[in-house]
Amino acid sequence: MSSIKLRAVVALSGLALVCAAQAQQKETAAPKKAAAQTKKAANAAKDPVAADFEKFHEIMEEASPAELFEAKGEELWKAKRGPKDASLEQCDLGLGPGVLKGAYVRMPRYFADAGQMMDAERRIVYCMVTLQGFKAEDLAKQPFSSESRTPDPVSLVTYVAGQSRGMKIAIPQKHPKEREAYNIGREIFNYRAGPWDFSCASCHGEDGKRIRTQNLPNLTSKKDAIRAFQGWPGYRMTGGLMHTLQWRMNDCFRQQRFPEPGYASETIADLLTYMAVNANGHVYKGPGIKR
Amino acid sequence: MKKSQTSIFAAAALAIALTAHAGDDRAKAVALMQRDFHAKGIAHMDRLNEDALQLVCNRSHNNPPKPVAERLQQDQLEAIKYPADGKFLGDWKSGEKIAQTGSGMTWSDKAGQANGGSCYNCHQIGPNETSFGTIGNSLRQFGKTRGNSPQMQKYVYGKIYNAKAFSLCSNMPRFGHSGTLTEQQIKDLVALLLDPNSPVNK
Repeated sequence: MSSIKLRAVVALSGLALVCAAQAQQKETAAPKKAAAQTKKAANAAKDPVAADFEKFHEIMEEASPAELFEAKGEELWKAKRGPKDASLEQCDLGLGPGVLKGAYVRMPRYFADAGQMMDAERRIVYCMVTLQGFKAEDLAKQPFSSESRTPDPVSLVTYVAGQSRGMKIAIPQKHPKEREAYNIGREIFNYRAGPWDFSCASCHGEDGKRIRTQNLPNLTSKKDAIRAFQGWPGYRMTGGLMHTLQWRMNDCFRQQRFPEPGYASETIADLLTYMAVNANGHVYKGPGIKR
Repeated sequence: MKKSQTSIFAAAALAIALTAHAGDDRAKAVALMQRDFHAKGIAHMDRLNEDALQLVCNRSHNNPPKPVAERLQQDQLEAIKYPADGKFLGDWKSGEKIAQTGSGMTWSDKAGQANGGSCYNCHQIGPNETSFGTIGNSLRQFGKTRGNSPQMQKYVYGKIYNAKAFSLCSNMPRFGHSGTLTEQQIKDLVALLLDPNSPVNK
């Protein structure tokens, strides 16, 4: 634990360095920018910010704050909790009760005991309900991290994800329900509706696009699809909170101007199936950092 | 009268499109979303329903047959409400603020608040904002290269009011049609793009 703290301090000093470098760059760039042509300005808008983030990212990856949440998740996993005073050690994440190695890179998958498609968080919530006796509706009340609190499923997902670090993503497509989930997920991804006529594909359907300076992965392409999987669960520097893919999907639908999707719902499991299968074959680096 | 004509036409288009497609997965996807989503704040469940245009774009992978596209574009064009006073140019300074603002119409926005246009999210516009997106084309020097004629002013007003009147399955929201921006706000954005004094044209 103390080594983690030490590494966090190192990471923070790294952050200070990068910020200083960024400020300096801004000062020297200003007079040049005025003289620059339109096209050059367009490139400059992307490059310094992206480069700074890359630098920051490298430093942070050395000592990721996500590790703190992995440690917390491990404690929660092993502790006897809930109305049934049970641990999660008998939770079956698809490879048998208690098998954690490689489970995260094989979800979403079809779980015969539940008769449902489940992504990692949906499955963990299922185990918290069936093994520990927690109520699903309680867990769905405030499911996302805030300044005051990190919900237990967030830490648990981070722990489980950490147990697949360095392993190949291999989302199964053997069961008919798994193939159906992929197809339904693709339809959800492309479904335009709402006051702004947006679908997921409005922002994530073409190569090389940005919103402001944020690069947008093209999640319909094999090449980019890994970016919807890699780095999640992630410590998000905007706000400094640990978030899972459940949060990412929720906030995307908010910006899509849709109503709110149910937490850990089948809709999200299917959508995640579509994106994760597209990322199959890539090596998962474990819980990470997001901008 | 007009509305029912449109929906009959849309239904016909749907029938054509469906024969070329297995609509099963889409039907299941929509049913799943109807079941799993809930209203939050100003974002009600009716937002999951497709209108005629969304329906045609969804079923044709945003590439509808030309006669369908032309017919629906014409409907959108005829529904644009132009300013009663015939004036299109507002205040470019207000326009810049509207272009910068990205809030509006999400479940975390309040009813009755002034919405933004989110323009910089997708477009390069003024010279002093280097944080701009690239989903849309660059609008730098828009007026300088296109002029400031009354026809151009009307076109830009219409394009912001309803981009789909000009390109049916465009990525750009219909800011007037959806009630996101007011008449005055759209005029201010027209000025941002066309006013010779706007920094966009410097």
